[in-house]
Amino acid sequence: MRIVVCIKQVPDIAEMEKMETDPETGNIIREGLPAILNPFDEYAMEEAVSWKERNGDEVIAVTMGPPQAEDALIKCLSMGADQAILLSDRQFAGSDTIATTWTLAGAIRKIGDVDLVLCGQQAIDGDTAQVGPMLAENLHIPQITYVSRLVLEGKYITTTREVEDGYEVVRCKLPALVTVVKGINIPRVPTYNSLSEAMDKEIPVWGAEDLDIEKDRLGLPGSPTAVTRVWTPESRSQGQVLRGEPSELAKQLAEVLLNPLQN
Amino acid sequence: MGIKIILDNCTGCKKCMTGCPFGEIEVIEKKALVKEGCTLCGACQEACEFEAIEVDRPALQSTADLGKYRGVFVFAEQHDGELRSCTLELLGAGRRLADRLGQELAAVLLGDEVEGLWQNLVAHGADKVYLADHPTLGLYQTESYAAVLTAVISKYMPSIFLFGATTTGRDLAPRLASRVNTGLTADCTSLEIEAETGLLLQTRPAWGGNIMATIKTANDRPQMATVRPNVMKKPTPDTGREGEIIPIPVSLDPKGIKARVVEVIKNHDWSVQIEEAEIVVAGGRGLQNAENFEVIESLAKTLGAAVGASRPVVDSGWKAHSHQVGQTGKTVQPKIYIACGISGAVQHRVGMESADMIIAINKDPDAPIMQIADYAVVGDLFQVVPELVKELKSRRKKGESAI
Ligand SMILES: Cc1cc2nc3c(=O)[nH]c(=O)nc-3n(C[C@H](O)[C@H](O)[C@H](O)COP(=O)(O)OP(=O)(O)OC[C@H]3O[C@@H](n4cnc5c(N)ncnc54)[C@H](O)[C@@H]3O)c2cc1C
Ligand SMILES: Nc1ncnc2c1ncn2[C@@H]1O[C@H](COP(=O)(O)O)[C@@H](O)[C@H]1O
Repeated sequence: MRIVVCIKQVPDIAEMEKMETDPETGNIIREGLPAILNPFDEYAMEEAVSWKERNGDEVIAVTMGPPQAEDALIKCLSMGADQAILLSDRQFAGSDTIATTWTLAGAIRKIGDVDLVLCGQQAIDGDTAQVGPMLAENLHIPQITYVSRLVLEGKYITTTREVEDGYEVVRCKLPALVTVVKGINIPRVPTYNSLSEAMDKEIPVWGAEDLDIEKDRLGLPGSPTAVTRVWTPESRSQGQVLRGEPSELAKQLAEVLLNPLQN
Repeated sequence: MGIKIILDNCTGCKKCMTGCPFGEIEVIEKKALVKEGCTLCGACQEACEFEAIEVDRPALQSTADLGKYRGVFVFAEQHDGELRSCTLELLGAGRRLADRLGQELAAVLLGDEVEGLWQNLVAHGADKVYLADHPTLGLYQTESYAAVLTAVISKYMPSIFLFGATTTGRDLAPRLASRVNTGLTADCTSLEIEAETGLLLQTRPAWGGNIMATIKTANDRPQMATVRPNVMKKPTPDTGREGEIIPIPVSLDPKGIKARVVEVIKNHDWSVQIEEAEIVVAGGRGLQNAENFEVIESLAKTLGAAVGASRPVVDSGWKAHSHQVGQTGKTVQPKIYIACGISGAVQHRVGMESADMIIAINKDPDAPIMQIADYAVVGDLFQVVPELVKELKSRRKKGESAI
């Protein structure tokens, strides 16, 4: 069985406070920001690799991104992916979620014979959670989102899907796309050895020419949405500091809670 | 737009017939045949395992056609025959947009024996209610819902289509947007109409609320957005409002659904539903252990609040991860967020910073959470929280209004 894991490199938000914005456009200057593998994609990788260990599946990590996204792929290889592919081309620049899925779908079709596509629940930079379902639609395969348990049995998967008021058990024949939540597993930490092995692996780079997609589906021209304005909201500032005896504090808080509008 | 059967690939397996929600495809002499009423919903293409069906939707519609799309549509999410509160919030937001445009507001309601809900949708602002009522629609399943809604879009051509940013909305809206090839903006917190162009201005937090972005879908329709629960105001219902109900006949075969819900396990614990709660009481590592979480739960219970947690609490197994607030947990926007024993690392703050009011209880006056709190309570949570519970209970007994 062949599993493709879609992963994304995202900026490390802990560094965000040091982040600079372009004074002219208000856009964030991304260059130089330390980047990490999207945490949700780590869960997706772990899930794929743990099935590989049990079933001997083949695991391929794929990302669309700038050349430095290679670092995130190296992490995937060190976690146990058999292969990693970087989709990188100027023509992909400015992709919104739909254009991203055209590119990813093109790559998955090119890889061929894919039984299961795994994505993270969402990427922590945009938080859209849109790429998974859009990619499934593009590939004409069913999707199961917010999955906290995945069982592969031959040509079928059985999943537990988290919803607001409980769980659903969803069963589906492969091929299918699954997006995973945090609770699904505990990702392994790559060892020094696995990391240095991963660094030695060749990571092919595919550009627009390598994929069979119409040009007007890609990048900025293929993106129906356009960001028209970006700004930094005023950050919150401190209100009142309350100190004193616990019983006094409790009285003050009760006031606040019981008369929220007057305060 | 059109639909094509690739006869060489068609095996006559009839999967497309089972998959069509409208009974508009037939297999005659071992080949699929599309009937006149085809809505181009795409369900047959999804059902076909032989790539024998192509539904063609050009990437960009000609701008001349954009004007044909009119009206604001709202997906009326219901669970077990009850409307979700975000549906009413969407109607409030949608009404405002529709009035600005001088167009109609419609609610699209899917379910099993849910007709009774239509008047409530009208009372909250809908001019029209499109209703697809069928046993197979009783449970939300992506494929059947996406097929029916695609047909609604093809037939009624809305200019704007709004969904709640719920688990369902976030599963359905992207599937649908991709199928009809239009833009979708996730998790909006503000929607406006641009005066000059009449376009929908969709504003959302990005990068965990560190920046805000306004997004437009200029050349594709409908303009689609999911809207964060708890942000838009619920309208006051007017039972005297008049509206119209328009049935959408469907003939779904449950066998046509590939990803099938085989079991539903309800969790009756209201305290987990942190995304839609008006008050969230959250605990962090300051609680020290799982048993101590009792303190948080008793305050939550007294306030009718949901229970949140920071990541260490979840990683230590004191609480299930569905309670986690933050970058790798949930984003909440309650009226009141009470953080107890949470330092307020940036990964936590991005999940709760847009709460209307933040109360932090922490021993350390310099903890980052205290710098953004409206009420920064310096104290030991093990003393302050039980006192607060006592105080709230005694006031409630005295009949002071509770929230
Ligand atoms: C990729 C990544 C993703 C992450 N995602 C998340 C996320 O989604 N959500 C999240 O929460 N974190 C997340 N984190 C972790 C985050 O960086 C912090 O480590 C975490 O939020 C700290 O949790 P805490 O505030 O409970 O614990 P601490 O930082 O240990 O804070 C405990 C606080 O309790 C106070 N305290 C102790 N005892 C008492 C008492 N008796 N009374 C009152 N106050 C007391 C202390 O003064 C302290 O401020 C993430 C980290 C990474 C690297
Ligand atoms: N550029 C990308 N390359 C590969 N996978 C991606 C990319 N963007 C998003 N994904 C996948 O889609 C998921 C959801 O991302 P998003 O819709 O951006 O929140 C991520 O967790 C990844 O699995």
